[in-house]
Amino acid sequence: MEAEAAKLIGAGIACIALGGAGIGIGHIFGNYLSGALRNPAAAGGQFANLLLGFALAEATGLFGLVVALIILFVF
Amino acid sequence: MASVRAQTADDAAHLPAEAAEGGLHIDPMHQFEVFPLIPIRLGGIDASFTNASLWMVIAVAVISLLLLAPAKKLVPTRLQLIGELAYEFCFNMVRDVVGENGRPFFPFIFTLFLFILAANMLGMVPYSFTVTSHIIVTFALALFVFIGVTILGFVRHGAGFLRFFVPAGVPVVLLPLLVVIEVISYLTRPISLSVRLFANMMAGHTMLKVFGAFVVGLGVLGGWAPLAFMVAFTGLEILVAFLQAYVFAVLTCIYLNDALNMSH
Repeated sequence: MEAEAAKLIGAGIACIALGGAGIGIGHIFGNYLSGALRNPAAAGGQFANLLLGFALAEATGLFGLVVALIILFVF
Repeated sequence: MASVRAQTADDAAHLPAEAAEGGLHIDPMHQFEVFPLIPIRLGGIDASFTNASLWMVIAVAVISLLLLAPAKKLVPTRLQLIGELAYEFCFNMVRDVVGENGRPFFPFIFTLFLFILAANMLGMVPYSFTVTSHIIVTFALALFVFIGVTILGFVRHGAGFLRFFVPAGVPVVLLPLLVVIEVISYLTRPISLSVRLFANMMAGHTMLKVFGAFVVGLGVLGGWAPLAFMVAFTGLEILVAFLQAYVFAVLTCIYLNDALNMSH
């Protein structure tokens, strides 16, 4: 297999990590919504934690994207 | 990346895109190129004023315009109101996360937040350059935060800061493994902090460029579909620009709280 083809396949496989990011983000927002529907008064206070949790979950998926970009553009 | 590196990376990016699309040239990586505007050499070091430096200066100028708005009335003007909103937002964040011990560090957090926010937002201007889409910029910011917070922890607590890596109520048999895990996760803080911001900015702008190429490629008949998506996605990118600046600042506050108040 040529190096170029292996690079492209490797980058594609590395992007599977973004599926985990999608699941994590959906989980966080889903829990926030179910909690907010039960206790709307307390929902506003946790909005900051929501944004923080979203960014942390997305970051993990983006680490996989960074690996894909490294494979594509550094090697 | 050195400009030579960027050149070869550009070549690598050109070839698969041209071969795959046959006539449509998708080149999302060219927008990240750093080139010198005023070449300056200090001894052996390349200290040129690059386009990245220019947009950092513009970010600082925009922030100064916002905060040093001329009229300081008791009933604020609209520009002054924006400055006061930003100040209050950051002040509440520092007070909620760090508490009263964090008061001396509020100017630093405020500066950090506004700089990253301005740099991210200026990247949304067409034909501009996103300063924070380069890992070296975000890594410099994150490393500064990490080293500063660690030094602060040692100054405040002395050698007792090392108790941070030993959580309370842990069985003694687990301690060796747990301390190693805690230290490793502490040392990855600057990496995660910098890569989070860098990857969000780079991926966002790459996607904007790719969908922009789709709009041009599909022409008059089909171009409205990617155009509608691009409008929505640009809105999302503006939200992400604000969110990433906020997350960087909040995580800095949390690390500061760990060092100052040692809440483990």
